[in-house]
Amino acid sequence: MILGKVTGTVVTTISHPHYKNRRMLVVQPLTLPGDPPEGDFVALDNSQAGIGDTVLVNREGNGARQILNNPDACVISVIVGIVDSLYISELE
Amino acid sequence: MLFGRVRGTAVASVKYQDMTGMKLLIIEPLNKHLEPTGPLQVAVDVVQAGPGDLCVMVRSREAALAMDIHTFVPVDLALIGIVDELVVQPDDQFDVTLKKGSVKYT
Repeated sequence: MILGKVTGTVVTTISHPHYKNRRMLVVQPLTLPGDPPEGDFVALDNSQAGIGDTVLVNREGNGARQILNNPDACVISVIVGIVDSLYISELE
Repeated sequence: MLFGRVRGTAVASVKYQDMTGMKLLIIEPLNKHLEPTGPLQVAVDVVQAGPGDLCVMVRSREAALAMDIHTFVPVDLALIGIVDELVVQPDDQFDVTLKKGSVKYT
């Protein structure tokens, strides 16, 4: 799972049946200061997240199929949590 | 999952037998600001997209799972949605760096 920031929303009227009735959001992964920014991606929302939320994203198909309760779902990235706080050690 | 813009079509009369009938499109992968991120690629279309359409695509094994009938096919990029509306906040609006120590988000 990775940490990311929700920076956008995607609306699709024509989409694959596995994506119906769920929101798709644009997620920008968080990086340490000085590291190059990582590529953004689209994730299916399972936690009622919104723009500006820091989220936990599962980027693996088998986990996504478990979350969606569909053994054949063609989904990779799913938002599985909204992060309240983080602690990163200040030790080098 | 990522964005892509349909740039053209590909026709392959000889292909893996279970892929018969699949529509192949040439797509250009894009980032959230709709800037190209790499070379053109071929994707299988399951949502009847046309040239110029902005789409959402899925990669790897899940692309094959998006197919209608045969889902055990050599496909690694599929179009699974046509984007009608995309709202993206500017890059400087949110801080996407991880600060050391304790950070509260809510």
